[in-house]
Amino acid sequence: MPQHDVLIIGAGLAGQRAALAAADEGASVAIMSKVHPVRSHSNAAAGGINAALNPEDSWESHAFDTVKGSDYLGDQDAIEIMCREAPQEILELEHMGVTFHRDETGHLGTRAFGGASQARTYYVADITGQALLHVLYEQLLKRHEKVDRYEEWFTTSLLQDDDGRCCGVIARDIRSGTLEIFAAKSVIIASGGCGQAYKPTTNALICTGDGIAQAYRSGALLMDMEMVQYHPTTLAENGFLITEGARGEGAQLFNAQGERFMERYAPNKLDLASRDVVSRAEQTEIDEGRGFPDGTIALDITKVPKKRVLEALREIVNIGRDFAGTDITKEPIHIRPGQHYIMGGVKTDVHGQSSVPGLYAAGEVACVSVHGGNRLGANSLLDTLIFGRRAGEHAAEQGRTRALPEPSQSRLADEQASIDAIIARERGGRRVSEIKDELGSTMNENVAVFRDEQKLRRAQEIVARLKQEAESAWIDDRGTVFNQDVLGALELGYMLDAAETIVAAALERKESRGAHFRTDFSERNDEQWLKHITLSRGEDGSPQVSYSPVTITHWQPQERTY
Amino acid sequence: MGEYTLKLRRYSPESGEAPYWQEFKVDLEGHRSVLEGILQVRDREDGTVGIRCSCRAAICGSCGVRINGRPGLACHTHLDKAAAAAKDGETIVVEPMGNMPVIKDLIVDMDAVHWNKIQRVTPWLLPDGEPPEREYIVPHEAMVDVTQSMACIQCGACVSDCLSMEVDPGFIGPAALAKAYRFVGDPRDGQQRERLEDLAEDPQGMYDCTHCFNCIDACPKGVAPMNQIMRLRRIAGAEHGIDDENNGHRHETAFVKNIERNGLLHEADLLPDSYGGKMHPRALPELVGSLPVIARALRRGKVTPAKALLHHKLPDQQAVRELFERVESKPERYELNLYIVGVDEDPPGASA
Repeated sequence: MPQHDVLIIGAGLAGQRAALAAADEGASVAIMSKVHPVRSHSNAAAGGINAALNPEDSWESHAFDTVKGSDYLGDQDAIEIMCREAPQEILELEHMGVTFHRDETGHLGTRAFGGASQARTYYVADITGQALLHVLYEQLLKRHEKVDRYEEWFTTSLLQDDDGRCCGVIARDIRSGTLEIFAAKSVIIASGGCGQAYKPTTNALICTGDGIAQAYRSGALLMDMEMVQYHPTTLAENGFLITEGARGEGAQLFNAQGERFMERYAPNKLDLASRDVVSRAEQTEIDEGRGFPDGTIALDITKVPKKRVLEALREIVNIGRDFAGTDITKEPIHIRPGQHYIMGGVKTDVHGQSSVPGLYAAGEVACVSVHGGNRLGANSLLDTLIFGRRAGEHAAEQGRTRALPEPSQSRLADEQASIDAIIARERGGRRVSEIKDELGSTMNENVAVFRDEQKLRRAQEIVARLKQEAESAWIDDRGTVFNQDVLGALELGYMLDAAETIVAAALERKESRGAHFRTDFSERNDEQWLKHITLSRGEDGSPQVSYSPVTITHWQPQERTY
Repeated sequence: MGEYTLKLRRYSPESGEAPYWQEFKVDLEGHRSVLEGILQVRDREDGTVGIRCSCRAAICGSCGVRINGRPGLACHTHLDKAAAAAKDGETIVVEPMGNMPVIKDLIVDMDAVHWNKIQRVTPWLLPDGEPPEREYIVPHEAMVDVTQSMACIQCGACVSDCLSMEVDPGFIGPAALAKAYRFVGDPRDGQQRERLEDLAEDPQGMYDCTHCFNCIDACPKGVAPMNQIMRLRRIAGAEHGIDDENNGHRHETAFVKNIERNGLLHEADLLPDSYGGKMHPRALPELVGSLPVIARALRRGKVTPAKALLHHKLPDQQAVRELFERVESKPERYELNLYIVGVDEDPPGASA
C-alpha cells in the first residue's frame, strides 16, 4: 500500500501547485489524476492571471474589485490573502519559467480584464492556463524524486478512520483496472468543477464534480453551490469559450440592431463589467427579441488591430475558424452566455482545510470563498495557485507530527464489489449517456442566468428522478483495461450530487446576488441574505441547509454598478 | 444533419484477438468533429470504444489519432472534410497514432515513447544563480518567440508520423526537440550551450532529423517542430561553434553555395564540398565510401556521367544571384514564427 504524507487528487494548477509546495516543505508527496496532468482543464483558462504587481496598483484595489465582483458574498479575509500574495506568486511563476508577455522594456506587461479598475492581468498570449500548466509540470518532472505521480488513476472514494479523519483514498488504475488503497496523512482534493452537469458548457468532459461529490459524501460541507457562472462569450452550438481577453483587447458586443447595448447596462465599464452583469445583459437582449435569430449576440473582434489579434488572441482565431467557421479578424462572431464556472464547492478555511479533518480542497472544487457570488475573470488561475500552494504547505507542516495511517484493507473488497455490480448491470434501464444528456439540458434550462421557484422545483424533480434512474443505468464495457464506460457511470453519480446541491442552494437563496438571479426575488437583500448557504449530506442522502457568516474586514456592502 | 461512416481500428488486449476494423454510422452535421462522431458512437451504440478526450477544443491534446492515415486531433477534424479526404470519398478511417504501442482501440502508450523523450531533454528551466528580486528582464520578442514552442499541447501527432523515429525509435523526436528549443530560446536559461552540446553529441539527437516536414504537417497548433529543430542546429553552429558530426551543417552550407554558383544542383561538386572542399583530408575517404551509392545511381540512370561531371548552369543565372542578394542583404535573420508574423492572407494595405 503506497503511503505518503500528502496525497493530492487532481493535477491541474491547484493540484500541481500544492504538490510542489508540499514537496518543497520536505513532505513525501503523491499526485494522482484521472488524466495525464497536462490534459487538465486549467488549460482552458485563456486570458490571464490577476495581480497588483505594478507600483501604481495596490492589492487593496485588487481586493476591492474582487469583493465588489463577488457582490459582497466573498470572504474578505481570504480575498485579502489572495490579493496580497498574488504579486509574489506571479514572480515565482516567472522565475520557474512561465513565458509571460513582456512590454517593450522587457518587463512584465498586462492586459485589461472585466470588473477590474486597473489593467492587472498577466498573460501568455491567450494560452495562459496552458503555459502555466505545462511549466508547473516541468517543475513536477524536475522533482521526480520527491513527488510520485499516479497519472491516469481514478479516485473512487475517500477513506476515513474511526475518528472521521481522512486517511487516504481508493483509486482505480485506469490502464489495468486494478483497485488500490493509498494511505496519506492528508488528502488535498484539487479535481476541479462540475461543469459537465450542464449542457452546453465551456468545461471539458472531465469536469464531472468528482471531488465535490466525494467530499460531500464524506461529510464535508459545501458552500455557495447556487453560484454558477455563465460566461458572456461562448459559442452557441458547443459552448466553447471565447476569452474575456478579447474584450480586454477592445472587442465590443452588439445586438442584432447593431446597438452597443452594454451602454444601457454598464455605462462606465461597458463590455468589461463583471461577468454576471454582462451575461444578464446579453440574456435580456436575447429574451426581449434583440438578439440574432439563433439566440445570440455579436462579438466584434475586428475592433482589435489584426497584428495584435494574431499575436495575443491567436487561439480564438483558431477556435473561430475551426469551430464556428468565422474569421474573427474580418467579421463578428456570434456568442451567448454559457455555463463556465462554479464559485461554490467544498467549504475551506484559508489553509484549504475542509470541515473533515485531514481533508483539504483547492481550486475550483473548493470554496474559500474568494469569488462569492461572481468570480472576476483571471482570478481563478490566481485562486488555484495561491490556495493550492497554501494547502500544500499546510498539509506538509501538519504531517510532520503525525504517524502514517494504515487504513483497513476491508474497504477495498466492498469498493470492488460495487464497481463489479455496475459492470454487471442488466440492460434494462437507461444508458448512462442518456441520463447525462437530460441532466445537462435540465440544468441549462432551469438553473441558468435567470431563475425562479417554478423552474428550480422542476429541476429538483428531474434531478431526483435521474438519481433513481442512475442506480440501474447500464454500460457496455465489461473489460478492465481502460474501461472508460464504468468510469462514466461513476462520474454520472458525482454530477448528479453536484446538481442536486446546486438546485437546493438556489431554491434556498431567495434574493438576487452575483450570478444567482431570481426573477421572483429580483433585489439583493443584505439584511436576510448576506450569508453563505452551506450544505451537508443528511442521513437520508438529501442536502441539509445551514448558514455561515460572510467575513467582512474593510469593505461594507454598497450598491453595485459598473 | 448528415450521415457519416466511421471506420474505427479496434483492439482489446483482453480478448486475445488481433486488431480489427469496425464501421459505424453517425448522424451529425458536417462541421462537427470526428471526436463528436466517435462520442456519438460511444453514447448510443457501443460504450466500449476507447479514446482519450477531454476539452473537445484542441487545447488539451488528448485525442491524437490518425484520420485517413494522417495524424491529428479527432476534435480538430470536421466530419465533412474527413469524409472528402477519405480514400473512397466516404469512409472516415480512424486508427491509433503510430510510433507508439497501442493499449486499447485508439489509445496509445504515450508514457513509453512520448513522455520518455520529453524527459530526455531536461525539460525545466535552468537559470544561472539566484533569481532576481523582481522578474527577469528579457526582450518582448524573445518571449513571443518561445511561445510558439509553448503552444505545444503534447498531443503526440508529430511523434506519430516522424519518419526518423520510425527508422530509429531512439531518436529524441520532434516534440521533445521543440520542447528543448523552448529552453534554448529562453534568455532566462543558463544552460543553452550544455543543452545544445548534449543534443549534438547524442547520435539520436537533433541531427537525426531528416527534414521530412511530416511533423510540421501533423501539428495542430502551428508549433512547426522541424523549424525548432533547425533553429537548435543553427544556434549550435552559429553561436556556440558546435560541430555537426553527422556533417549535416557543412552539407547544407555546401548545398546553398552550390546553388548560388550553378543555379541548379551540381552533384559532383556537392559531395566533396560537404566535407570542406576537394582538398580536405576527409574528402577522398568520404568519396570512396560513397562510391557504392554513386554507382547505384549511375546504374539506375538517376545520374549520367556527363550530367554528373559537366557543369549545367541555368540560362538565367542572374535571377538566382538576385534571390541570394535579396536574402543576404537582410540585416537580421528572419525566423518564421506564427506568433509574430501571423498568417496574413490579406493583400497589402487591406488589414484593419
